Parts: sequence; structure tokens; C-alpha cells
Amino acid sequence: MLHEPAAQSGKDPASPYKTRIGVWMFWFYSAIYAGFVIINLVQPTLMEATLFMGLNVAVFYGFFLIVFALLLALVYNHLATSKEAELHVPDPERENH
Amino acid sequence: MELMPVILFVFFVGLVLGLSFYFARQTKSAAGYFAAGGTIHWGVNGIAFAGDYLSAASFLGICGMIATAGYDGFLYSIGYLAGWIVALFVVAEPMKRLGKYTFTDALDAKFNSKGIQLAAAISTLVVSLFYLIPQMVGAGVLVTPLLGLPHAAGVILVGLIVITIVATAGMTSTTYVQFLKGALLVVFSLVVSVMVCQRGFSTAPDQDGTVPFHRYATVPCTVASDAVTVTDPAFQFAGQVNAGAVTFVKLTKDGKTLFYKLDKDEAGNPELHECQSVVTRTDGSVLINGAPASPENKLRQAGHLAAIRGKTGDEAKTGSVGPFEMMGLFSDPGTRMCIFKEAKFKDGEDAVKAYYGSMATGNRIMRPGVKFKVEGTFTDKLDFISLMLALFLGTSALPHILIRYYTVPSPACARKSTIVAIAAIGFFYVLTLYMGLGAMGNAVVNPADNNMSAPLLARSFGTFLFSMISAIAFATVLGTVSGLIVAGSGAVAHDLMDRFLDMKMDEKKKVWAGKVSAFVIGLIAMVLGIIFQGINVSFLVGLAFAVAASANLPSIIMLLFWEKTTASGIVASIITGVVSSVGIIALSPTMYELYGWDPKTALLPFSNPGLFSIPLSFLALVVVSLMTATPTAAAPAAAEPVKTA
Repeated sequence: MLHEPAAQSGKDPASPYKTRIGVWMFWFYSAIYAGFVIINLVQPTLMEATLFMGLNVAVFYGFFLIVFALLLALVYNHLATSKEAELHVPDPERENH
Repeated sequence: MELMPVILFVFFVGLVLGLSFYFARQTKSAAGYFAAGGTIHWGVNGIAFAGDYLSAASFLGICGMIATAGYDGFLYSIGYLAGWIVALFVVAEPMKRLGKYTFTDALDAKFNSKGIQLAAAISTLVVSLFYLIPQMVGAGVLVTPLLGLPHAAGVILVGLIVITIVATAGMTSTTYVQFLKGALLVVFSLVVSVMVCQRGFSTAPDQDGTVPFHRYATVPCTVASDAVTVTDPAFQFAGQVNAGAVTFVKLTKDGKTLFYKLDKDEAGNPELHECQSVVTRTDGSVLINGAPASPENKLRQAGHLAAIRGKTGDEAKTGSVGPFEMMGLFSDPGTRMCIFKEAKFKDGEDAVKAYYGSMATGNRIMRPGVKFKVEGTFTDKLDFISLMLALFLGTSALPHILIRYYTVPSPACARKSTIVAIAAIGFFYVLTLYMGLGAMGNAVVNPADNNMSAPLLARSFGTFLFSMISAIAFATVLGTVSGLIVAGSGAVAHDLMDRFLDMKMDEKKKVWAGKVSAFVIGLIAMVLGIIFQGINVSFLVGLAFAVAASANLPSIIMLLFWEKTTASGIVASIITGVVSSVGIIALSPTMYELYGWDPKTALLPFSNPGLFSIPLSFLALVVVSLMTATPTAAAPAAAEPVKTA
């Protein structure tokens, strides 16, 4: 007995594309996140340096990691939505409303 | 007890219970109970994600840690938010495609394995319980100042309300409670942050003139052969205690005996600095700052800036500051913060907790290193990496977060709701730095329990804001605990009873089983919330992330990306992840401290298990999958392991 999802969604031909760009973006962000961790371990005093409008490297990098996550997410959504439209992926939400 | 907090509290509780009873009439099926029928709009789901995720740990724990350890608390904000990248790019859409009600469904979708059903359900319960503890602790922390009730009463109150929310309408009521709370939390956190900037900072914060700033006394002394002699005749020497590397001296003045910490001034001369203290005598009576504890005689709220950009006194007053300017002045090497630390020791038969001021410069406190010893030993560095890894990988493995992907109609909606969540959660996490530092600079930190820093900061702006923030913080606990109990009840009723034990329940019985499970898990949560009183809630959630990242994420990733993954491999990975992460935590210095043992004697030197338990879990999956690989055992084609090249 296999369990089907609570809300059925059709086949998604855009899935391989979305997964591919998702994995690339994941590694890209991971590298930036790892950079933050590495600087703290290798050269922690670098984090004290003032960088921009009074913000030190630690605060700037921290804010950047948060804002950049949102920017990447929006880019990902744009690419994924474009591909879904191109491949005519059914959208149950649109069909229901 | 003030009236306005109580009125707002009762209003919020009435609202969430009203919502729950309203939706209860529409919740007849298992899909309705466990997944809100998969009909929630992605925008609502995104904010509900925020409401689910921004728990007591985020609001109370992170702000409290920033208020006492500076930037180190913000590391949690960064790590928690970064984890959503993994959820969005790797997990969201596949989990939606594969799952039904629970994370176990997704893992087991292509195998139908009893082993996976059992192991994943147990993992869900373990992670949910680890996550529940800090939420319940947070509930107790909130209720004490809000309603004047003891910690245990707060925990029981939250437990009963949450059981009612979940047992009435399951995921539907939980979703709307989380939506409401998520939206209010972000909006009012912004209000508090703006008010912090508007008030500005001074070296004698008096909460807009409402609370006089207490200047801690400095007493000159001499030290000869480790014996302290006080030169001021107004003070009488009453004893000396060495607590590790710190020396405390008891001095009596005007009939009151207080503890002072032995320090040195800038020229290297010895001097004594006034501390706060809680002394528990053998007869059970408690003295706070030398006088019997009472509602009027409590520990003084503490924390302030001793110098701002090298200035003190009136010339240090900043007036209103901009958001970047505030970060700049806190990071300045000329800014000095007075942060209170705790020392525990015995004074004869009496148990003493002394809270003493410790100075730190802005450049030091606004980068990692105060709590997490990035410049420490090799083990300290491993502990730091381990924490950051667990925070990054833990989010997308939290069962109560994963089940929210089943409440929307499609994978595209799962993706969009994740992006809304990233926007709301990211914005909130930026605000935690303003609220935490605001608490640090406004002398509103309870030195015995930093978890209340954000609500106490709000109180410094007046009763209304305190009442709103406290009520929202309480709703925060309700929202997150509801989600955790839905996840736990799904694991018991759906994964274990329905699927693993094949109990052949109809829809009505499944819903009933879910409600009974929610009741039992709620009771367990109450007991744990009382036992773990007093520990920083963000730290505990960090551990829950480590268990989730170790137990669940390797299976999810490998199922999606490695076609040789087998059911046995997944079971081995989950068991290895749970046992290794919980085992490392149990033998860590932090837990030794909790047991009341000497942390230096802990069998393992680090407190964060992720760096070891996550790779171990991956390794177990790979080895066992290769050992059990047969043409039929590996993930069938329908599992769609993804090729990325």
C-alpha cells in the first residue's frame, strides 16, 4: 500500500530543471556560509574591522547572509516559475480558484 | 499583577481557542486533521511557517543570548535562517510530491517498509520532544511576570491550551494560530526595534526616567597574602570566598550584607565591585541582595553601556540613532558594555549565586567569541563548526516544519510559501539583533534568566507594549507547540498505529487516535517543561536541530539524490543519527552541568554533536545500502533520484 499525497499534484516536467538549479544555488550559498564560519575560526579579529556605514564585518556578513538568502530565493522562484509556464505544468491552486 | 497584560493575554487565548472551535466543525477527515486538507493558500502557509518556526527559542532565547553574549546570540539567527535555503532548494518540492501527512510518508513513499515507518516515527517523536522542552520552558518564563504565576503553572497552562487547539481542529487551527502569531510577532518586533533606536543610549539608562539607574558601588581595598582588607570604615568585612578564579568578599554596611567581587582598577590596584546575590539558607529561606526575597525585593535588572564611543556621563548620550548608527556605536572599540555573569558557590552552609558585572568592549562583543570560543582550543573550534553545521542543516529536517508542506495544494505552492517564510523570518532575525542589544544597553536584563530580555525591554517602553509583546510571546509558544504536537500525533496515530501496526482505522478513528496522541504528548511536554526550568531556550533548540539534522536529513538527501539508497540504509541512518546525536549530547559538559556534576569531568569535550553525528548518519546509510543492495531493494525508479549534471 503506497500513500498518495493529501492534495494530488500532476506530473512536473520542470522538476529536473528546478532540482538542478536548486542544487547549484544551494552549493553557492553554502560556500558563502562556510566562508563566514571559516573567517571566524581562522581570522576572528577580521570580524571587528569596520566595513560599511559603521557596520563591522561580522554584522555586515550576518545581514548579508540573511538578505542574500531572500534574493537567491526570489531568483530561484523566478526561474522555476518561468520553466513551469514554458512546460505548461498544471497548477492545482489556479484550477481550484 | 498589572491588569492590561492579563486582559490582552485572555483576549489572545480566547481568540485562538475560538478559532480552534470554529475550525473543529470542519475537521472530520484524517487529511483535514493532519494536513488541513492540503488547501491552505501559500501566502498564509508562508507566514504560518514563520509562526511555526519563530519559536520561544528565536524570540526569547536569541534576544536573551544577544543581551548577555552579544554577537554570539546572533549566530543562531544567521544559522536558523540559512537553514531555509536547504529547505527551499533541496527539500520543499520533493517532500510535497512524495509525502501525505508526515515526513515518514515521504521517506517511505517508494519502499513501504515497516522499518522506515518505525524508525522515522521514533525520530519524529525524539526531535519533537527535544524541541518541545525549550518551548515549554519559555512558557513558564513568560507567565511568571505576566500573570504572577509560578513557572510550573505557566507550563501547565500552555499545555492545556495547546492540547485544546490541536485536539479540536488539528492542522487547520494550528495553521491559523501560527499565521496570526507569526504576523504579530514580526510587526511588534519591528515596533520595539524602532523604539530602541528612537530612545537612543546613555551610560545611565533610566527607562525614560521611570526607573532610576543603579550605580554599583566600588570599594577600595588592599590585598596581602590573598587576604582582603577594606580601607573604607563605612564597610565591615564579613568574610571572603574563593569561587574558582573569582574572589568574593562579604561586606556589611548599614546592617545589610552584600557580596563584592575582587577586581583591579586600570592602574592595577585592587578594588571591590558590588554584586547582586541570591543566598539560599539551610532552612529554605532566600535572601536577595542581603534582604529577604519578596515581590518587592527581587534581583535588579541589569546590563548597560559603561562608555559610548569612549565617552561617559551626559556627553555620552546619543539621542535617537539610525539602524546602522546603532550597530556602529555598539561595535566601536571605545564602547564598553557591563554584562552580568553568574557564579555559584557555598558560603558556609548557604548556597550562593552571585551576579557580577563584567566589562567588554564593543569590538569584542560584536563579533563571535564571547560564548563560542572561536579563538579557543581545537575542541572549542570543532564545537563552533558543529553548531553552525547543525543550524544550517537542521531546519529542513524538522518534522513539524516538513509537515507544513502537506498543507498546500502543489509543489509550486510549497516553494512559494517557503520564500514568504524566508522573507518574514529573515526580517525578524535582523530585528533580534536590535532587540537583544537594546536590552543590553537599557538595563533590562534579568541576570538570573536572560530569556525574558525582549519582553522586559518592551516593558521599559510602557505597559501596553509589554502586554502586547508578552501576549505575542505567549502566542509564539502556543503556535510552535501546536505544530510540534501535530507532528508528534501524526507520528503516533498515522505512522505507528495506522501504517506500522496496520490497525485498519477508518477516517473517524484516525482523527480520534490523533487527538488522543496529542493529549498524551502534551502531558509529556508539560512534565519536561517543569524539569528543565532555567536553561537558555535557544541553546536547547540548537540541540534539537542537531538531532534533526543527524537523524532525518541524511535520509532525505540520499533518497532524493542517490539511487542506490535502500530501506535498510534509511533505517540505519535514522537510528545512527538519533543514537549518536543524543548520546553525544548526553555525555557533553553542558548536560553534566544540568545533572549537577562537574562539567570538566564530562566524557566528551564538546556540546554540539552535528559535526560527528551527521557524517556518521550519512556513512551508515551508504554502507548499509551497499550491503543490502539487490535489484529490487534499491530505490525504485519512482523515487526519482535526481541527476544534477
